[in-house]
Amino acid sequence: MLELQHISFAVDGSKEILRDINLKVEDRFVAITGPNGGGKSTLAKIIAGIFQPTEGRILLDGEDITNLSITQRANKGISYAFQQPVRFKGLRVRDLLALAAGGSTDINQACGYLSEVGLCARDYIDRELNDSLSGGELKRIEIAMTMARNTKLTVFDEPEAGIDLWSFNNLIRVFEKMNEKIHGSIMIISHQERILNIADKIIYLKEGRLAQYGTRQEVLPQLLNTDSTCSVLADKLQ
Amino acid sequence: MLDNIQMNILREVAELDALPTGAYNIRANGQGAARNTTANIDIITKQDKPGIDIFIKLGTKNESVHIPVVISETGLKDLVYNDFYIGADCDVTIIAGCGIHNCGNQESRHDGIHTFHLGKNAKVRYIEKHYGTGTEDRGKNVMNPETIVFQEEGSSLLMETTQISGIDDTYRMTSATLAQGAQLTVKEKIMTTGEQTAKTNFVVDLNGADSKVNLQSRSVAKDHSHQYFDSKINGNAPCAGHSECDAIIMDSATVEASPSLTANNIDAALIHEAAIGKSAGEQLIKLMTLGLTEKEAEEQIVNGFLK
Repeated sequence: MLELQHISFAVDGSKEILRDINLKVEDRFVAITGPNGGGKSTLAKIIAGIFQPTEGRILLDGEDITNLSITQRANKGISYAFQQPVRFKGLRVRDLLALAAGGSTDINQACGYLSEVGLCARDYIDRELNDSLSGGELKRIEIAMTMARNTKLTVFDEPEAGIDLWSFNNLIRVFEKMNEKIHGSIMIISHQERILNIADKIIYLKEGRLAQYGTRQEVLPQLLNTDSTCSVLADKLQ
Repeated sequence: MLDNIQMNILREVAELDALPTGAYNIRANGQGAARNTTANIDIITKQDKPGIDIFIKLGTKNESVHIPVVISETGLKDLVYNDFYIGADCDVTIIAGCGIHNCGNQESRHDGIHTFHLGKNAKVRYIEKHYGTGTEDRGKNVMNPETIVFQEEGSSLLMETTQISGIDDTYRMTSATLAQGAQLTVKEKIMTTGEQTAKTNFVVDLNGADSKVNLQSRSVAKDHSHQYFDSKINGNAPCAGHSECDAIIMDSATVEASPSLTANNIDAALIHEAAIGKSAGEQLIKLMTLGLTEKEAEEQIVNGFLK
């Protein structure tokens, strides 16, 4: 279980990106949503250890991991799928899957992970993660890597961004399947109603604050009824 | 024959545990140590200067020639000229490579000048690996390989050249002249550490219509080492030229790239790409989120890059 206690994050000593976030993640599938610039990706990076919070504590299964490095947190069971997957010249898909699986993975397992994300292993296993792969292909490989890690907490940062509609339908199926199989928790940053629809709970972050946190049934209707008129435009019209 | 140290070097540069099959000429400490010729491949010692002439009969297919050089005597300065005459329609692999083991305080040096004459439609894969080792307080290991290539119509050469460790100072020169429809691909991999310097220079003349060159250089410069990449592609006919220099710099290392392209024909299509920088922070972070330490992540990135 992940617990965030009074997490704040500021840059340059003043600009506050996150303010006093308190939450416990006990469910299997938690979606994080909210307007752009609301602090969603920052929160994910704080959980993964890429950013250090300026205030507050992070607990994983009751253990304080606030001061642990990215590597230490990864080894405690936290996975993080990047919004924009990284390209590597020279490293192949099979190399990354092996590293994700903790050093080695046999060809059948690697094929299994790739098949899950809709990639034919034969075509991809020896491909380098370089510019020859499209953004959508990299996204799927990124998801396959988190499957290979099989940790108790996986944080996905907008897995649907840059994925075409056809692939998106498959992606939803991937997450539905993960939701059934997973033994830990998935946190997924998303703006997509179809992803929010399969979440157990929804975190709504706005302007760096935890605006809402509750079950899908509690939060989703309110989000869908939010007035989407641009306030600047509204002011002008008045 | 070869002693244990020399056999170890041979393993590093030519992946040989024993004498190879096919034609070979092994040179140890400036002397011929072993030689074998075949019905199609002849090796003759030069009379006017140190070195050998290698003649490969036209139409020879699926044969190989190994010509490794090992130096284990400190202070030895070895200069050798190896000329390859590859007949038309051949399809052969040539494995060169030089290893120096220096346990003394003097400079050991090997300057290998290799000239390739590829006949019409000949296809050659040329693999060259340079490696140095020795005690910590040893003298310098120096290698200055020069490769001169003449390609006739429709011939193709794939040159894979690697220098990963132990060479303190190197100046690598490669020049090539391509006739109609000839193709040249060079894949160079270099890593320098400590105070090492590596200078690499390519000059390619695309003289024939539809000739094509692809130069790919990948390098990693660590510690205080310095690298210099210099390439010049001259498009003198309707042709295609591409060069690519990718370098990762670490610590206090420095890398210079000075590519040049000259189009002397309206249909010459020439491209150069150069990228020099430290290994991206994002790459390190990604591998750390998979559980690797920063040092392990860096090793993976460098090893993958030079694989």
